[in-house]
Amino acid sequence: MKSVVQLDRVTVRYGRQQALRDVSATFPPGAVGLLGPNGAGKSTMLRALLGFVVPDQGQMRVLDLDVKHAALQIRTRIGYMPESDAHIPGMNAVSFVAYCGALSGLPHSDAMQRAHEVLYYVGLGEARYRNVETYSTGMKQRIKLAQALVHDPDLLFLDEPTNGMDPKGREEMLELIRDIAHNKGLSLILSSHLLPDVEYTCDYVVVMDKGTVATEGPIASLKEHSGRVFELRVKGEAAAFVEVLHAAGLECHETEEDIMRVFVPGTGEPDGQDARRLFQLAATHGMQVRHLRASVPTLEDVFARAVGER
Amino acid sequence: MPIHDQGYRRYEGRREAHGHTWLVITRAGIMERLRERKFLGLLLFAWLPFLVRSVQLYVASNYPQASFLNATPAMFRDYLSQQGVFVFFITLYVGSGLIANDRRANALQIYLSKPLTRVDYVVGKLATLLIFLTFVTWVPGILLLLMQILFAGSLAFLKANLFLFPAITVYSAVAVLMSAFTMLALSSLSKSRRFVAVMYAGLIFFTAAMYQALRGITGSRAWLFISPGDVLDVIGNKIFRSTEPQNYFAAALVTVVVLLAASVLVLERRVRGVEVVT
Repeated sequence: MKSVVQLDRVTVRYGRQQALRDVSATFPPGAVGLLGPNGAGKSTMLRALLGFVVPDQGQMRVLDLDVKHAALQIRTRIGYMPESDAHIPGMNAVSFVAYCGALSGLPHSDAMQRAHEVLYYVGLGEARYRNVETYSTGMKQRIKLAQALVHDPDLLFLDEPTNGMDPKGREEMLELIRDIAHNKGLSLILSSHLLPDVEYTCDYVVVMDKGTVATEGPIASLKEHSGRVFELRVKGEAAAFVEVLHAAGLECHETEEDIMRVFVPGTGEPDGQDARRLFQLAATHGMQVRHLRASVPTLEDVFARAVGER
Repeated sequence: MPIHDQGYRRYEGRREAHGHTWLVITRAGIMERLRERKFLGLLLFAWLPFLVRSVQLYVASNYPQASFLNATPAMFRDYLSQQGVFVFFITLYVGSGLIANDRRANALQIYLSKPLTRVDYVVGKLATLLIFLTFVTWVPGILLLLMQILFAGSLAFLKANLFLFPAITVYSAVAVLMSAFTMLALSSLSKSRRFVAVMYAGLIFFTAAMYQALRGITGSRAWLFISPGDVLDVIGNKIFRSTEPQNYFAAALVTVVVLLAASVLVLERRVRGVEVVT
């Protein structure tokens, strides 16, 4: 199979608001990150693929099946972990997960057996007889993953799976997701606005912004940049210096820690020349360089460049 | 497979064909209710009138001096009419949370991400309520008919009133469908089962009071279409061949159809995987 999900010129409108604008994208098998800021259209894309939202135009295929005509067949083979807190009220964890298995077509005894297995797998084995409504936020995230896994789907849609989790829980959830994608033979699409989550678990990324696909490709190749990346901190008007850098043809974005990341396109000049060029620009414009260090490209850089270019 | 890797394995077993998913929902709904002692008590209590009527039939069949207690079509009609109280309470108890609870817990997106349609979901929920309501209307109604045959030791009454079997069936069906559809539609409008229960009770009592007031003021029964309870009464009179005036039967039927159609329309709009506010 070449791809697990294909979108061809898909547009989704909520009233006058266009949530997806003429989106075309291909998701290969394996772990794919659907990355973008809040409101970029990630959840809308997943909801359209599930059939919750009907696109105004365009075609979508999931696991080689047309979403419009084979929605039920598709849902037999996918698992969905919604972003918001969601459960069946009044059930304990085993009953809930087994119920979801039965809804997906598993015979009752098989559904029950798999519910126990999956709950152990996601780390809720000891709490499986507790009512889901008494669970903490982290446990609720895990049970949402369990209900998505119980019928052994070929493809998982995970919508912000680490939302509201403490650092340890988040780490464990990411380990689970990584294990599912890399050791269990399932494909998954991880929708998130958290770059480290996507970078840790996925091999391929689709970056979305304002309802369109900003860039897509294997993370490793997107991170390859024909040039150098520097971390830079200056004393003075940083915003004005960013303009100077842009005018000089250098890409640049600020991070949360008052440090800007500067991309110097490859010029074939020897090592040290790029750094010297930055120092010269700073000196010319009366800025003091307080920190300059060569860095390696990250997914954050890819994201910033993709979204920043637009 | 190493022991540490046994937490998750691929499933290679059988999968049920699509089309029976609503049964899973219905089964779960029924089991959930039957685990509640309060509800079991209510169900048992709903069968008390059946016991009383059975005793009546027994006495009428075995003691000639109690012939005034003999079975008549009106007796069956009255019995089903009395069961309306239990239909009301069971509808409140079972129906108010059927969709409202799922909406509160965002369960609809879980349900509809599984291989089931919105129709499957609604049918599954509806069937839960219908089964309980049928259990206190049609089932005891038909059993009462059987009791009469059993105690009398002859088929004479049944032969003379052959219409009773379809009458009990149709009357029960109308009563049960009206209550179930209305409640399910109301349940889809809110996330609070208590609010839904209040809405339903308000609908029943307020419309009945309105009808009585309008009837008193205008002296006409033409307003009955605003009161589901009175609509059912008119339909019952016709079905059980009552001697009471049978005006407005067509209007009552139209009211039932409109009520069911409106409920379906509400359900169509409210039962969705995501709620889109534009």
